[in-house]
Amino acid sequence: MSTQASRRAARWMLSPAVVLLLVWMIVPLALTLWFSFQRYNLLAPERAGFVWFRNYTTFLDSPAFWLAILNTLILVVGVLAITVIGGILIALLIDQPIWGQGPVRILVIAPFFVMPPVAALIWKNMLMNPSNGLFASAFRALGLQPFDFLGEAPLFSIILIVAWQWLPFATLILLTALQSLSSEQLEAAEMDGAPALRRFWHIMLPHLARAITVVVLIQTIFLLGILVEILVTTNGGPGSQSTTLTFLVYKEAILDSDVGTAAAGGVVAVILANIVAVFLMRAIGKNLDA
Amino acid sequence: MGRITLRNVTKGFGEVTVIPSLDLEIDDGEFVVFVGPSGCGKSTLLRLIAGLEDASGGQILIDGADATRVPPARRQLAMVFQSYALYPHMTVRNNIAFPLRMAGVDPATAARKVEAAARVLNLTAYLDRRPGQLSGGQRQRVAIGRAIVREPKAFLFDEPLSNLDAALRGAMRLEITELHQSLRTTMVYVTHDQVEAMTMADTIVVLNAGRIEQVGSPLDLYNRPANVFVAGFIGSPRMNLIGGADAAAMGAATIGVRPEHIDIAADGPWRGQVTVAERLGADTFLHVAVEGIGPMTVRAGGGHGATHGDTIGLTPQAGRIHRFGQDGRAL
Amino acid sequence: MARAVSPQRKAAMTALAWGVALLIFFPILWMVLTSFKTEATAVAQPPQWLFFDWTVENYVTVQAQRDYFGFFLNSVIIAVGSTALGLLVAVPAAWSMAFVPGARTRDLLMWMLSTKMMPAVAVLVPIYLIFVRLGLLDTRIGLVVVLMLINLPIIVWMLYTYFREIPAEILEAARMDGATLRSEILYVLTPMAVPGIASTVLLNIILAWNEAFWTITLTTVDAAPLTKFISSFSSPQGLFYAKLSAASTMAIAPILIMGWFSQKQLVRGLTFGAVK
Repeated sequence: MSTQASRRAARWMLSPAVVLLLVWMIVPLALTLWFSFQRYNLLAPERAGFVWFRNYTTFLDSPAFWLAILNTLILVVGVLAITVIGGILIALLIDQPIWGQGPVRILVIAPFFVMPPVAALIWKNMLMNPSNGLFASAFRALGLQPFDFLGEAPLFSIILIVAWQWLPFATLILLTALQSLSSEQLEAAEMDGAPALRRFWHIMLPHLARAITVVVLIQTIFLLGILVEILVTTNGGPGSQSTTLTFLVYKEAILDSDVGTAAAGGVVAVILANIVAVFLMRAIGKNLDA
Repeated sequence: MGRITLRNVTKGFGEVTVIPSLDLEIDDGEFVVFVGPSGCGKSTLLRLIAGLEDASGGQILIDGADATRVPPARRQLAMVFQSYALYPHMTVRNNIAFPLRMAGVDPATAARKVEAAARVLNLTAYLDRRPGQLSGGQRQRVAIGRAIVREPKAFLFDEPLSNLDAALRGAMRLEITELHQSLRTTMVYVTHDQVEAMTMADTIVVLNAGRIEQVGSPLDLYNRPANVFVAGFIGSPRMNLIGGADAAAMGAATIGVRPEHIDIAADGPWRGQVTVAERLGADTFLHVAVEGIGPMTVRAGGGHGATHGDTIGLTPQAGRIHRFGQDGRAL
Repeated sequence: MARAVSPQRKAAMTALAWGVALLIFFPILWMVLTSFKTEATAVAQPPQWLFFDWTVENYVTVQAQRDYFGFFLNSVIIAVGSTALGLLVAVPAAWSMAFVPGARTRDLLMWMLSTKMMPAVAVLVPIYLIFVRLGLLDTRIGLVVVLMLINLPIIVWMLYTYFREIPAEILEAARMDGATLRSEILYVLTPMAVPGIASTVLLNIILAWNEAFWTITLTTVDAAPLTKFISSFSSPQGLFYAKLSAASTMAIAPILIMGWFSQKQLVRGLTFGAVK
């Protein structure tokens, strides 16, 4: 129902949310852009001044920057691979007739609700620690030398930690999608003589395609912004081996107080995120009226 | 007290014009039924009267006062929705009392009115139940109770019986008619079911694509349809409409004769084979493929023996043939 | 499928499923077990599984030594505060989009959701500097505002989907019954939307409690919630694990419990309707 009166009321009721989000989006981004054109270090404010695109060219010339981009890519792709494939498999498993599906779900969902600092520290201290961690004990029990996960394979270790946190999300989404698949479709296929693997490939997987797309895109948005897991475990190191773009900007801004460089990095992060967002919007927009 | 006037009312949604321009007078105490096919604008018209939609143009007057810009809360009309629209989180009592509460009626008076309405509608036993615990018919009565208790200038009904099964529909039809007879308040009733229209209305308004095809009493519309559309809409089964040579022979573009006004006569001018015989017990409807004309429907007695494949002859009763010109209007 | 499955297959699947589930849950389990050990037991080699001397001393010490409760309270204030503030802004917005949709409502909703995709790190610099300038650094109110802003799109989205499930006719009936807009929202919409609002609140508290970017960059001591507190223990000191485990267990316990009840809300809130 929409009359003039209700439309006017609607406009009023919408405005706080719209105004707040508008300001939240525009003002900081504009400032970031402004800062990115300056050389501005909080520790040496007297040397501030406009250098326009110098920050960007510095970035493009710095190996640390490109390494960060690469690490970001590896992190995102690695976590996506583990969570999507793992999520499908676990969702299929939980969907089977088993005893105690409820408790199983609860156990599998749990890691998602553990706050990132706790998750990171569990893995760092209790599992991956080369002296006291469980993994070390396991290695020793097998007669091998303990492996310093975070020291030798920092990016891989972080991928493991983050994947552990996000696997439940992927599983839950995929399980929900799986359970919305009408059993009649599968039964019809069975009556048509299709074996289990074929049924999976031709019916289940296409049905899951939309859910998989959503999982991939939403996780990517969040994965691009991962900070604490790196901060608390490797601090971006050793060297820059586990520095992602987000961590690089954080380091520049908070640890080095280099506002100008950090702002330029931030702009790059926005561009990256926008590319992803375009795809996400297209996928979601199709379903908004469903 | 409950006179509603629509003057040159138009309604469009964006580019689409749903109601081109409409004039209508509804007298106080009338039971008016808006009837027509899906999409004809009858519900839209009702909602315009209610104030739930803004008219794009024209005026809506209630008791002579311009109500076009008055919000629904202040038009003193009551509406019964197709889905009843009961408040699921309130008891029946509170549902019925809600409009009184909104009007600021003191609790004691409100309680009295609620009890009175409940008595009239046989709801006293259910006053403390929630809508979710009621049957369809009971929910409908609660919706009516909520409307009655406001003592409105007019009642608006938006296809209230569509969600009920056939048996219940018949019973509720009677109840609503009796309600009108006892309250004598104006009632504007929207339905797509022409049986409801014929049985309940003082006046029927037949709508088609936002236009009024005809306004009149049920028997008026039955005996003297103003055009082909009304002729084909009112009456069940549908009037047989015949064009071509047979129509031209009577000086018309289309002629129409109702199934109940055709006799079965071996020497009749129309002959054909029975395709389907529908036996209802009290009547039999024969669908006949008439040579040179096409499919026609004839009503015969309950025991008539004709079946699929039989050849029969048909004669229209004299004086029962309607003639329509090129423009579809009655001649 | 309602068909019978052979008990052997069911048993095999059950074993596999439980195996995988316990494997995934194991790190959390290990941490909880560790919280009941003494520090020495916690780092003992080989690792002690179940038969050690259980103690609750860690839980006591954490509070005594570090004012754990203070950080806990901050988390509560920030999570509840940002949720309440978000509701205040979001309920009217969701109402108008759900019940008086316009031609551009869909685009507006999409735009709101898109603000959530802005990388936090892109605005870290200006927000940090603004906070310093306004004296909001390390304040609870500052954090409440920021967390409200980043979660507002999700709150609006979730309320929108729940409101859309309320039949518009019921609100129209209220209008015909003489209700003003305020009465309509207060007496009809809100009671019917309570389950939806509760679900939204639940999800948002979880998201705000676990938020680990702004809560870490914008706080130092006073307003530091549990996320900041726990992250401050990132240096590996072996004598430390049991107490850290106790602190962590207490930090995640409320959210774990809430999370178990909010699986459906999670799907609804974070997939933006693309998965049902």
